[in-house]
Amino acid sequence: MKILVTVKRVPDPESSIKVNPEGTGIVESGLKWVVNPFDEIAIEEALRIKEAQGGVEVVVVSIGVSESQEQLRTGLAMGADRAILVKADKPDTNAVARILAKIVEKEQPDLVLLGKQAIDDDSNEVGQMLAHLLGWPQATFISKLTFSGDKAAVDCVREVDGGMETIGFALPAIITADLRLNEPRYASLPGIMKARKKPMEEIDAASLGIDITPRIRIKKLAPPPARSAGRKVESIDELINALQTEAKVL
Amino acid sequence: MSNVLIYAEHAHGKLPKATAVAVTAGKKLAAIGGGQAILAVLGTGVGEVAQAAANLGADKVVVIDNPQLSYHLADITAAALAATAETTGSHTIVFAATSKGRDVAPRLAAMIDASIASDIIDVNADGTVVRPMWAGSVLATVELTAAKKVVSVRVTAFEASSGAGAPIENLSVSFATPAKAMKFGSLEETKSDRPVLTEAARVVAGGRGLKSAENFTNVIEPLCDALGAAMGASRAAVDAGYVPNDLQVGQTGKVVAPTLYIAVGISGAIQHLAGMKDSKVIVAINKDAEAPVFQVSDFGLVADLFQAVPEMTEKIKALAK
Repeated sequence: MKILVTVKRVPDPESSIKVNPEGTGIVESGLKWVVNPFDEIAIEEALRIKEAQGGVEVVVVSIGVSESQEQLRTGLAMGADRAILVKADKPDTNAVARILAKIVEKEQPDLVLLGKQAIDDDSNEVGQMLAHLLGWPQATFISKLTFSGDKAAVDCVREVDGGMETIGFALPAIITADLRLNEPRYASLPGIMKARKKPMEEIDAASLGIDITPRIRIKKLAPPPARSAGRKVESIDELINALQTEAKVL
Repeated sequence: MSNVLIYAEHAHGKLPKATAVAVTAGKKLAAIGGGQAILAVLGTGVGEVAQAAANLGADKVVVIDNPQLSYHLADITAAALAATAETTGSHTIVFAATSKGRDVAPRLAAMIDASIASDIIDVNADGTVVRPMWAGSVLATVELTAAKKVVSVRVTAFEASSGAGAPIENLSVSFATPAKAMKFGSLEETKSDRPVLTEAARVVAGGRGLKSAENFTNVIEPLCDALGAAMGASRAAVDAGYVPNDLQVGQTGKVVAPTLYIAVGISGAIQHLAGMKDSKVIVAINKDAEAPVFQVSDFGLVADLFQAVPEMTEKIKALAK
């Protein structure tokens, strides 16, 4: 079996994000860059499948700037077998899905695992788009993945509004990981050493011969209106009184 | 002229508030394009839903009755909506940004080669839309450049639409069944007598400061019940296994904007604030006076939650008497 896992380079989720004065992007200086946390969960799931089933190759793929190599190395250090970097300049989700479809055509994986969303653009779109482009089934926001006895099909438990939905289908398929699917491992020191020798292929998106024109244009970025801090109260009595008489919500 | 098709999410014969909110955004987009706002009800045996849908203020309700659409699976729902959009002359398709809407909308966008913007919070007069990025630290104004457009709408960002008497039309559209189909297994619904988190007027949310699942039951739930509030939680509390993920409020969970939001034992990480900072009144109870949550709170109480919350519960109950 072959599993393809997507890895996006994003600012550390704890970073304070500021818009640049021109409103064209965010201030990147001083930011720490990490693997998108939901992609880490996707990598972990692929590694667990590999450990449970044997004979599984895990390929990590990133689309973006050259520095995304660092995040791919993190995936390799966790235990993935090889990496593919597709260099593209600020692709939109549509372009990312088309590039991934091309990589899938080349690599022929049985399963593509993605994080349910990237914590920078918060789009939550690529997995679903890729599923259509390939004509494959999709299970988004999953918290549990179970293989059939012959490993040719899966059941997925999805975290939906108001409960848990189970859906199933034959592979190949697209799966997007939610928070509780697993707890990702840290890369070990031997893992980090080994990762340096693992293969990393670099491809230019332009060389793939596909249409990656963006379907959206971001015209402006701006900070949201600030919410100002109110005041401290000293006791529950004062709080209840304030909610009744000032805020009038009780 | 281009019409706008709105996907009517429904369950158990009812339409959630999310659908009425999607209609509001759909009408706004339809007015800009000079077309009609058409609400699409997909499923089987959905007569009752269609009647309810006719009272949401759309110009027309179309019903696509097909047993294959019973489970709202993404592949076939997207295919049916693509065909319905074509039949009704709709170049824009609107979803609520719920788990269902976010599952289907991007698949449909890829299918009809549309521009897509997810979780939008505003529609501008020039047709551009506004959506949060980086956990709400940034608001992006997005132009949807393709001829066809798909959006999903943040449920807390628009009012619910209403308006009686839209005509109902049964549409027969043909669409291909996906070759590699998805199969519905089961739906295990969370049973709760409390209001739905995303629709509640009051929310009490707990964080890591609760220290255990039992404390959610013993400390947070009684206050929820005294206030008639929904229960929420921070990602830290979900990560720690105190409560299920469907209670998570934040960037990667639910976005809420109740009249009253009470954050208990929640430090206030950016990703949590992203899910609740549009609440009308925010109260924080935390023993750490430096917790960032106080910076967005209208009223902050620095106290041990294990004493303050039961006291508040008793006093709220006394008020109700």
